Amino acid sequence: MTAKSFWAAPILYTILILYAILTFLPFAWALSASFKPLAEIVSGVDGLIPQQFTTENYQQIFVQEPLFFRWLFNSVFVAVCVTLGNLVFNSMAGYALARIQFPGKQLWFFIILAVLMVPGQVTLIPTFLILKNLGWLNSYQGLIVPSIVNATFIFMMRQFFINFPKELEEAAALDGLGYLETFFQVVLPLAKPALAAQAIFIFMGAWNNFLTPLLILSDPEMFTLPLGLNTFKGQYISYWNYIMAASMIFTLPALLIYAFFNRYFIQGVTFTGGKG
Amino acid sequence: MAPTFVIMGVFLILPITLAMVFAFYRIQPLGDVSYTFRGWRNFLRAFSDERVRIALKNTAEYVAIVVPTQTLLALSLALILNTQIKGKNFFRIIFFLPTVTSSAVLTLIFMWICNSNGLLNRFLAFVGLPTYNWLGDPSVALKAIMLMNIWATAPLFMVIYLAAMQDIPETLYEAATLDGASTWDKLIYITLPFLQPVTFFIIVMGIVGTFQLFDQSYIFSRGSGGPNNSTLTVVLLIYQYAFRILDMGYAAALALMLALIIMVVTLVQRFWIKEEKFN
Repeated sequence: MTAKSFWAAPILYTILILYAILTFLPFAWALSASFKPLAEIVSGVDGLIPQQFTTENYQQIFVQEPLFFRWLFNSVFVAVCVTLGNLVFNSMAGYALARIQFPGKQLWFFIILAVLMVPGQVTLIPTFLILKNLGWLNSYQGLIVPSIVNATFIFMMRQFFINFPKELEEAAALDGLGYLETFFQVVLPLAKPALAAQAIFIFMGAWNNFLTPLLILSDPEMFTLPLGLNTFKGQYISYWNYIMAASMIFTLPALLIYAFFNRYFIQGVTFTGGKG
Repeated sequence: MAPTFVIMGVFLILPITLAMVFAFYRIQPLGDVSYTFRGWRNFLRAFSDERVRIALKNTAEYVAIVVPTQTLLALSLALILNTQIKGKNFFRIIFFLPTVTSSAVLTLIFMWICNSNGLLNRFLAFVGLPTYNWLGDPSVALKAIMLMNIWATAPLFMVIYLAAMQDIPETLYEAATLDGASTWDKLIYITLPFLQPVTFFIIVMGIVGTFQLFDQSYIFSRGSGGPNNSTLTVVLLIYQYAFRILDMGYAAALALMLALIIMVVTLVQRFWIKEEKFN
């Protein structure tokens, strides 16, 4: 569609700009609050630009909450491990389902399709009891291992590999490469866009996950940032300056990743959903 | 490949199977876990449970308001961004910010903006509208969460719409222009019909997502579903029964019933989309 009439463009721009402000304002407001002393925030006359600019909030959260750094580390560690695991396992499973003949292949494909439709809440309680039995509550492996495969992305990778030109693999086979060598040296490097989209979604999901850590972690030392933030909020509910500073530290890594990989992110959205 | 299937078996297929078994038991998870067979009683209990009724009502109200609103908003934004307007990428990146931000941070920012002398009330007072105690008043607390989620999710669906719009053949519009169709005609007779399958998809994604509302309610109400049960959702209730009241069998039964609702909706949509494709 084209906006040809002379009044259409200004109206559209106005809508877009208003909506952009509506989207951006809460973030800008929170960011500015994170650099204000509490007195200024509660005074009721605070504006977008801090009158008394201070970085003390950021220094204070590490003092007030000695575990904050630990939470940050836990979040990074878990999200990175989950992402790497998913990239390897989903791609291998997807490739196997697309290319390799093995017993039970049809059954596994059917199971994956069925699992796609089951909402996560169903598995919450049994997963909790399984982790309890394994002695994995309050542990990194408890957070990481169950989320290291993802049926949605196994399915996505299978679709991707099915459309993948067979000739390259045949050439690799002629050169005497085995399945694993072909997979890692020939197939994976060509699957980069699909892997990038997958990595972003999995990382964001793990980074922002609230429910799973809430269930299986009870030791504050093991908390990830969303949980940490929630308890932090509980203790400092009226110290909005600290809460906003902590929120900003939590948001920054996700925003950076999004800014760098924006193109893949959009691709991924359309990849996983668009052609419904 | 084998490790993938082992992990899937232990952490996906086994739990799903167990969930169906657990729903028929009373489970006492402290110390040595104990199981007592209860037959269908867990399921029957749900029908006379006042809190289940409240959670379902809240969730249904939430779905009924959020899904249409965010779908319409996403469609409108996508239509505007699909015109020949400059700075599309800039707007797209800004609009997308809330979608990549964690629900925990969004909820905290919104709670702060919604507190009684927060930004929202100051704005309402400034333009002469009534202000509310958004966090403490049961009649508006859920509305605050609705506002936030519409705002946070619409951009994701906007991108899906935008992608689908790229597939509409330009020749259709050119032909319509030759026939003297107005911009409005083209929207009604070309764009919207073409987007129908995507719209169904987006509505179902929306329904599935909104039925699973948890983080925001939990953080907002410190897990209680308050004030006065006004932010109690089905998933929050399942969480409370399983991990606060420690009645895991009943919670498993509730989770299965929620899954059933979501799956019925999904299947209805599958059916619909197939119909679409035959036409």
